[in-house]
Amino acid sequence: MALSGVEIFKLLPKTNCKKCGHPTCLAFAMKLAQRQASLDACPDVSEEAKKVLGEASAPPIRPVSFGVGSMSVKMGEETVLFRHEKKFVNPCAVAVEVKDTMEDGEIQEIADGVMHSEIDRVGQKLRIDAILINNASNDSARFEKAVKAVMAEAPDVALILATHNPSAAEAAVKLVADKKPILYGADDSNAEAMASIAKTHKVPLGVSAKGLDALSALTEKMKALGVEDLVIDSGARSAREILEANTLVRRAAIRKNFKSLGYPVITFAQRDDHMLEALVATLGIAKYSSIVVVSSIEKWKNVALFTLRQNIYTDPQVPMQVEQKIYKIGEPAADSPFMITTNFSLTYFIVSGEVENSKVPCRLAVMDSEGLSVLTAWAAGKFTASKIAQFIQESGIENEIKKKELIIPGYVAILSGAIEDKLPGWKVTVGPREANGIPAFLKSR
Amino acid sequence: MAFVAPKETYPGKVFQVGIGTEKQAVFGGENVLTFHSFEGNAPNRPLVAYEIQDIPPDDWSETVRKVYEGVSGDPVTWAKYCQDTLKARAIALRLLGTHPDRENRSAEDATKTVKEVLSAIQVPLIVLGSNHVEKDSSVLVAVAEAAKDRNCIIGKAQEANYKTIAAAAMANNHKLIAMSELDINLSKQLNILVTQMGFDKERLITDPMCSALGYGLEYTYSVMERIRLAALTQNDATMQPPMLGDVGMYVWKVKETQALEADLPHWGSLEERGIAWETVTAGALMMAGAEFLIMRHPKAVEAVERFVDELM
Ligand code: B12
Ligand code: SF4
Repeated sequence: MALSGVEIFKLLPKTNCKKCGHPTCLAFAMKLAQRQASLDACPDVSEEAKKVLGEASAPPIRPVSFGVGSMSVKMGEETVLFRHEKKFVNPCAVAVEVKDTMEDGEIQEIADGVMHSEIDRVGQKLRIDAILINNASNDSARFEKAVKAVMAEAPDVALILATHNPSAAEAAVKLVADKKPILYGADDSNAEAMASIAKTHKVPLGVSAKGLDALSALTEKMKALGVEDLVIDSGARSAREILEANTLVRRAAIRKNFKSLGYPVITFAQRDDHMLEALVATLGIAKYSSIVVVSSIEKWKNVALFTLRQNIYTDPQVPMQVEQKIYKIGEPAADSPFMITTNFSLTYFIVSGEVENSKVPCRLAVMDSEGLSVLTAWAAGKFTASKIAQFIQESGIENEIKKKELIIPGYVAILSGAIEDKLPGWKVTVGPREANGIPAFLKSR
Repeated sequence: MAFVAPKETYPGKVFQVGIGTEKQAVFGGENVLTFHSFEGNAPNRPLVAYEIQDIPPDDWSETVRKVYEGVSGDPVTWAKYCQDTLKARAIALRLLGTHPDRENRSAEDATKTVKEVLSAIQVPLIVLGSNHVEKDSSVLVAVAEAAKDRNCIIGKAQEANYKTIAAAAMANNHKLIAMSELDINLSKQLNILVTQMGFDKERLITDPMCSALGYGLEYTYSVMERIRLAALTQNDATMQPPMLGDVGMYVWKVKETQALEADLPHWGSLEERGIAWETVTAGALMMAGAEFLIMRHPKAVEAVERFVDELM
């Protein structure tokens, strides 16, 4: 729980010396409480106060990252339980498991699949974020071999090295310490040894225990041993256990500021049945996992899970938008159809998809409407005749096309007369209401 | 610091709704967020109903259409197939053929179909209109009467036509779906209007309007979560009816369930992609609080049922 302004004030020097740029210590305390100022601004604050305030102002779920460069994965830092309250911060990573008991060829195939898993959706690039290498053999040499096989195929991918065996852990982490992998597999039986490996190689540590009591005791032990970048696993494996553990962990961290569980959660969703696995991963993505581990990376499953993650992690206040401009679809000639729509990502991608389907080259003008759909933008006064006319005039399109004809969405047919009034020389044609009517409409012209 | 599990109890509770006569189906009734049986009561599984139509599903996506090849030409055969072969726990008959832009079937035709289906099945029936505001008023009124005392769900009543449909559902002892457009306040307002007519609030089902994965799912998801939280934390009776996710209809028209793998190789197998789209949409809405789902593909329904097995 964050401290109130008055609680913070009690910890300040109370000299009102103004060096922080605020008239009084109390004013500064209020700003701190609202997270609009940083404690560093006060030069006279005591060490004791720094410690207390530092702990209280740390995010309830510790930020932890793994992997490096453009493939690094950020986790934690969440501040709410429900997405309508505030945007969820760091999207749940999807990791695929390979076992060191697999043949090299199979491992390489999966690693290659991960490298080629990227898809583009509503303008975002989405992909499998990490590979978890499981030391199923419990043998150090095999574990090392599997790590090498993955690195040969996917040198930049973020890794999770999963083993309960400290000597296997040491051998594998040493190979790839510069890639900042997660070392997963610390538990009560190997805590000291695993903590020391994580500390030596400066990698985050995945800890597992049976149940949340034991888990919080274990994270405290790790903290005492000097390892704080943790990823936690309560041992929950069935959907019911995962929902319970994830909910309680998130609530404890956010509502009670319970630091011992304020870490990113790893969820093991692997199932023989791939549709069921997709559902367990759905549960993890919707309900508070920072990593879900799956057993395979069929493309169809990836698209579904990536899309879900995108939906759950979009900002509830700011819809996804595309850039305002005139997009060319196919290779439009000077007399190709010219249409207009709004810049809500979903609207743009549906409409442009249907125009592509029609195979008729077109120009599609996308007008900034603050990310609202056609009807919503119209109702909100952001997709009006005068705004459309102004946009068309300023776009310079008149020099590019031969026929001054503008096709508008069927739902805003009511605008056609007013647009013609404001755009002298233009003809406005009302298109179909639903985008799926666009191919037939374009072909019949 | 010792860990104390931050469990929550709430003043409110979701109404439990039972439908059907011969074989009943019961859903809702929880006093916690869905599947939170670790902190309260979540006595019933969500109900998944198989969707069928009064006309052949010619415009359904190939993946799901071929499952019903040979049975979908006739609603009675189709309904029996769902009940007997697929072990459907309930069947949702959509009277799409009554839409003026479709076959424009009359209320009498619809009545006949409903009677035939009812006499062929034992599991509960949900009867849905074609989502044409005026036509639904007349069709659903006739149908509600024809199904009198069979404890069906009739829907959907919307702001523009709720009066006639709610009155018919009330007079003939049915449950009623009230649908509004993705807005918690509109949903609340419609439930108030319906109950002000004397309709029992415990016989309502709220449809906050579905959307498919990737096509506005986040809106439905958040409206559902907010409705459920209002029901539980504020004990707001107008938010306590179980919620419907009309999943199949929204999912099987989006591009991801249609586009050929040959055209979009990075999207993978069309068959599994379509099924996964329906499965994940349903799964996400269950996480948000839906207690009642209408779905199309048997493999998606099976996956959801197994997921529920794991969650209960
Ligand atoms: C989700 C939603 C919202 C979201 C916003 C989502 C967003 N990013 O736009 C929120 C909750 C914020 C919202 C707010 C409001 N909304 Co609203 N909203 C909706 C809802 C449910 C879905 C809109 C949507 O996402 N559609 C999907 C997109 C893809 O559709 P689209 O952009 O229209 O594109 C389709 C077609 O138009 C066509 N198309 C698009 N471009 C083109 C171009 C050409 C050339 C062609 C041929 C076709 C074409 O293809 C697309 C697919 O078929 C609709 C109801 C509904 N079912 O439509 C109401 C609706 C649009 N909203 C409405 C209203 C009134 C509002 C508010 C003013 C008040 C309110 N009720 O909350 C506010 C205004 C917002 C503001 N900032 O002031 C009304 C509009 C009334 C009217 N008839 O004009 C609607 C219709 C609901 C209703 N019946 O009351 N809304
Ligand atoms: S600098 Fe520190 S002591 Fe001076 S007014 Fe600001 S808070 Fe108070």
